[in-house]
Amino acid sequence: MDKNCKKILIADDDSDYLEQLKFHVESFGFCALTASSEAECMETLKTRKPDLAIFDLMMNNDDSGFILSYRLKKLYPDVPVMIVTSAASVTGLNFEPADESERSWIKADRYLAKGIRPDQLHREINKLLKL
Amino acid sequence: METLNMLIVDDEPGIRTGIHRSLKDFTVNFPFFDDDYNFDLIDAESGEQAISILESQKVDVVLLDNKLPGIEGIDVLEYINKKQTDCVVMMITSYASIDLALRATNNGAYNFIPKPFSSQDLKSACESITKHLFLKRMTRKMKYEAKQVRFKFLSVLSHELKSPINAIEGYLRIMKDRQMGENISAYEKMIDRSIIRLDSMRGLIMDMLDLTKIESGTKIRTLSTVNIIDVAKTAIDSIYPVAIQMNIKIIPDFPEEMIVNADSGEIEIILNNLLSNAVKYNRENGEVKVLIGIDDDNLNFVVTDTGIGMSDIEQSMLFREFTRIKTDKTKNLSGSGLGLSIVKKIVDLYHGTIEVRSKSDFGSEFHVKLPVSCLKLC
Repeated sequence: MDKNCKKILIADDDSDYLEQLKFHVESFGFCALTASSEAECMETLKTRKPDLAIFDLMMNNDDSGFILSYRLKKLYPDVPVMIVTSAASVTGLNFEPADESERSWIKADRYLAKGIRPDQLHREINKLLKL
Repeated sequence: METLNMLIVDDEPGIRTGIHRSLKDFTVNFPFFDDDYNFDLIDAESGEQAISILESQKVDVVLLDNKLPGIEGIDVLEYINKKQTDCVVMMITSYASIDLALRATNNGAYNFIPKPFSSQDLKSACESITKHLFLKRMTRKMKYEAKQVRFKFLSVLSHELKSPINAIEGYLRIMKDRQMGENISAYEKMIDRSIIRLDSMRGLIMDMLDLTKIESGTKIRTLSTVNIIDVAKTAIDSIYPVAIQMNIKIIPDFPEEMIVNADSGEIEIILNNLLSNAVKYNRENGEVKVLIGIDDDNLNFVVTDTGIGMSDIEQSMLFREFTRIKTDKTKNLSGSGLGLSIVKKIVDLYHGTIEVRSKSDFGSEFHVKLPVSCLKLC
C-alpha cells in the first residue's frame, strides 16, 4: 500500500455497497480499508487510524453508524466521519443533528444519502480531508 | 393498587363529607384490570376553585355539581372540554333538566347522578366511570403503540427495499461510465450481483404481499382435502437445486399419503420456509431431515438441520418481522427477514404452535404442530 495515500475506512453490511464505495474511493486515488459489520469495524479501529471514515447508518443496530462514529471520535478526535444512509429520503427522517445537544453526542461531520453520485462523493471527501 | 384523583366540586359541605364517607376504603375492580383502583379525593367549593385545581394538578375523575355559587358546573365542564383534559366528568345535580342534560352531554359529561343519591348509587357510578376511564386510556395507548409498530415496520421495509436499488444503481452507473473499460466481461461480477439483488428483492416483495394478506385478513383461504405429502415433495423439489450446490442430503421421513383439510398454499409456505432455511443455514455436506407425522392431537412437521444453529438470544428474536440473524456466518446469505414471521402467522391461523431448538454450530430443529381438530374444521 502506498504510504502517502490517504486511508479511508468504509463500514457497510451491504457487501455490494461496500464493494462499490471501495471501488470509487480507490478510483479517486485513496486507499480503502473495509469492514462489513460494526464489530469488524471496531476491530480495525483498534489497530489502524484512518484519515477519514464512511459509515453506513443501519447495520447490526439501527444506529450502528452513530455508535461507530462516537467510538472513532473518542479514539481519534481529528478523523472526520461521514454517515451514509438509505433511510432518510423515504421515511422523511432527518438525521442531521438538530441542535447543540444532539451535536454533542452525534459525532459525524457529514450525512449523505445512499445513491450519491461518485463525483459528489469525491467532492465531499476532499472537503473533509481539506484537499 | 392504582389511585385515581377525584375532584369533588360541590358547595354543600354535607354532600362532600357524605362522598368522602362513601368512598373511603372503596375500591373498584374488574377482571380485565391489572390492579384495583381506589380514589384520592380533592374538594372544591366553587367552580373557580375547581378550575384552579384542574390547572395545577392531575385529576382523573370530576364529580361536578351544577348549581354552584359563582360560575356554574356546566361552565367548568366547558373549560375541561376546551382544555382537552384527560379526565371523566360526572354531573351531580338536583335540578336535572333535559336542557342541562343535553348541554352537559354535548360537552362530554360521561354520566349524571341525581341528588339525593345513596352511597350505593355513588359507588356503582364510580365503578362505571372507572371502567370507562380505563378503556378510554387503554384504547389510546393501543392506538399509539400500533402507530409506532407501523412506523417501525415501514422504515425498516423502506430500508430493505432501498438497499438493493442502491446497490444495483451503483453497479449500473459504474457500467454506464465505462469505469472498468469497454469490455463487458470486466463487469460480469457486477451483473451477477445485480441479478442476485433483484431476485432477493422480488422475494421480499412476495413475502410482503403474503404477510399483508394474512395480516389484513383478506387472504382468501381455500380449504380442501390436501395430501400433505404431495405438498412436501414439491417443497423438497424446489429447494433441491440449492441443496445440490452445497452437497446437502435431504432425508424424508414420511408415509406415502396423509390427507387433511387445509389450504395447500399455506402448508406450502410453511414447508418452503422451513426447508429453505434448513438448507440455506446449513454447512457443506450437511443434512436436512424432514419428518411429517400425525398423532391423535397434531399434525407434526419436524425439520432438522446440521447447520450453523443459533444462540439463545438469536432464537428469542426469530419470529419477529425483519429479524435476520446477522453474524459473520450469515452475512453472505440473502433473505427478506419475513419468512419465519409469515410461517408463525399461518401456524396461528391453524391454532398451532411453532417451536425451535437450536445450538450454535450444531444445527436447528423446527417443530410445527397443527391441531388435528383444526385440520378438520378450521
